[in-house]
Amino acid sequence: MSQILQVENLSVQFHTYTGTIQAVRDISFGIRENKVTAIVGESGCGKSVTSKAVMGLIQKPGVISKESKIFFKGEDILGYTEKQWEDYRGQKCSIVFQDALTALNPTMDIGRQITEKIRVHRRVNRQEAWQEGIRMLEQVGIPGAAMRMRQYPHEFSGGMRQRVMIAIALTLHPQLLIADEPTTALDVTIQADILDMMKEIQREQGMTIILITHDLGIVANFAQDIIVMYAGKVVEKGSAEDIFYHPAHPYTEALLRAVPRLDISGGQLETIEGAPPNMADPPAGCPFADRCKKKRPVCGTGFPGEAEIAEGHQVCCWLYMDDGGGSGDGR
Amino acid sequence: MKDLIMKRLAQMAVVFVIVSMFAFSIIYFSPGDPLYLYTSPSVSTYKMSEEQLDDMRASLGLEGNVVQRYIDWAGKMLKGDWGLSISNHQPVKKQILDRLPNTIGLMGAALVLSVLLAIPLGLLAGYHKNKWIDNLISAVSYLGISLPAFWFGIMLIIVFSLKLGWLPSAGMRTIGVESALDVIRHGILPVIVLSVNNTAVFVRYIRSNTIEQKEEEYVMTVISKGVPRMQVLLRHVLKNCLLPIITIVGMNFGTLITGSFIVESVFGWPGLGTLCMDAINSRDYTMIMGITVLTCIVLLIGNFLADILYGFADPRIKQGKEAQNG
Repeated sequence: MSQILQVENLSVQFHTYTGTIQAVRDISFGIRENKVTAIVGESGCGKSVTSKAVMGLIQKPGVISKESKIFFKGEDILGYTEKQWEDYRGQKCSIVFQDALTALNPTMDIGRQITEKIRVHRRVNRQEAWQEGIRMLEQVGIPGAAMRMRQYPHEFSGGMRQRVMIAIALTLHPQLLIADEPTTALDVTIQADILDMMKEIQREQGMTIILITHDLGIVANFAQDIIVMYAGKVVEKGSAEDIFYHPAHPYTEALLRAVPRLDISGGQLETIEGAPPNMADPPAGCPFADRCKKKRPVCGTGFPGEAEIAEGHQVCCWLYMDDGGGSGDGR
Repeated sequence: MKDLIMKRLAQMAVVFVIVSMFAFSIIYFSPGDPLYLYTSPSVSTYKMSEEQLDDMRASLGLEGNVVQRYIDWAGKMLKGDWGLSISNHQPVKKQILDRLPNTIGLMGAALVLSVLLAIPLGLLAGYHKNKWIDNLISAVSYLGISLPAFWFGIMLIIVFSLKLGWLPSAGMRTIGVESALDVIRHGILPVIVLSVNNTAVFVRYIRSNTIEQKEEEYVMTVISKGVPRMQVLLRHVLKNCLLPIITIVGMNFGTLITGSFIVESVFGWPGLGTLCMDAINSRDYTMIMGITVLTCIVLLIGNFLADILYGFADPRIKQGKEAQNG
């Protein structure tokens, strides 16, 4: 099982007037090649920041700490020069943002926005690039692609616009596609269409996808691996089966209980009491402790190490540490 | 697009009528009597009889009530009869139209200079927000906004005409010389003075637009496509931050006109400005009204062109839809 991406000790901080926001705190994970990995967690848990770090899109006031390492196929991308980044972005790794309306240039037609990417990276003439653009639009299921190339973002419906975003991201066949809440801004039915389309393309082309979402419902029949984040930390990672059928972390359990289900009728939807901690001043112990129903005194003493509870299934929770001892990496 | 043009034209007509009424009434309500200019002891020692004065009132269109006089005046203006100047008895229209190209030339050159200077400066400042280059450009642009044109003009004359002797200090032509180069040499200082204020204003706008556009999410998308920074700036950010500038230029047309009046006075440029100043000093009512109306027309056309240009430049307006995000 080869990994296309390895993130090691990634920390991202944002220096603002009100203090330093520790958006991502020393996280490590790997992404298996040709699989779909979902990173789940609620708003502000650091999942989007993580994806931007992988794309090299962290901008001031954001800072990636010196200890952080991100390896793409063994190459340390955080040491890239500007030129290398340009080469990497779009060709090896690309990203789809949540809101396609603001993520597309409003005054440039779709055709030019697609062909721009082709012409930056490949030596092709205008016609060839244009034809490739039409092919990409057709691939993501946009009817009348040749005609729509000349249209502007505001002339597309929300779903079509997101398809355009995906077409742009898939252009030049990147090996890794990051989809940052790709369907959150869309109607539920269109959501399903788009996810089905992405799944199909992923299967056909054998691409790696990182799906960033807060919606466990869409993860279930899409992702093979799941990473659960909370308050800038990875709290649990494992296969989709592990996470859905044997959730180990109390946060994962609570998250799963909060997914609306059709097969269980009646009753109120469960919620998680409380709110995530202030990231300008995160607690020293487990950040979930204050909301956790299984909280013990040891939970406030430090962040638990990583415990491997099954093959490829790791959790960071004091429940799985030997009596508060350090079987993990200590911190 | 056609609807937009028709709508704008209709609005222009309404504004024009209102402004003409305003111009007319200001003159009407201002103290002093046009007849006095003919009859004051300083002009003539001859004492006119009441009958003669009445005749004169009739010939100058000063009879009847305000409404009647306005309608008469407006009707004549529309037919192209702008009346005779009170001070030199020559047709007002001809004098104005003779001077108009000089002022338009001055304004046009100043506008082009402003835009050409402001785009790179504003972009540079916005891109390097809060760095030393931005601080420098911003400081200079604040200075440019606050410099009084008449003072700055006089300073330039002192330095470049009196001390250095590089450029002529006044007028538009050297007497006896008929060359375009000569006119340009005369125009350099006035154009600089006239463009300073607008350049500074445009720089401020382009700077803040650049800062705003840089934060837009689509810029992130463009970067994520692997497009080099320079191209991101020039192909995407620049166009989107120049769009609002079209409107600003249209809006600043007014300051450009008033500015040119001051600059023309300082440099003795034979344009509408000097004509207007002379007319005001000699209470040449017909001339003042003519210039006011013409200035209004120029201003309206400027705004109209800006609106239409904006419509063509922004695809969201062209389709006649409300812009959805901006």
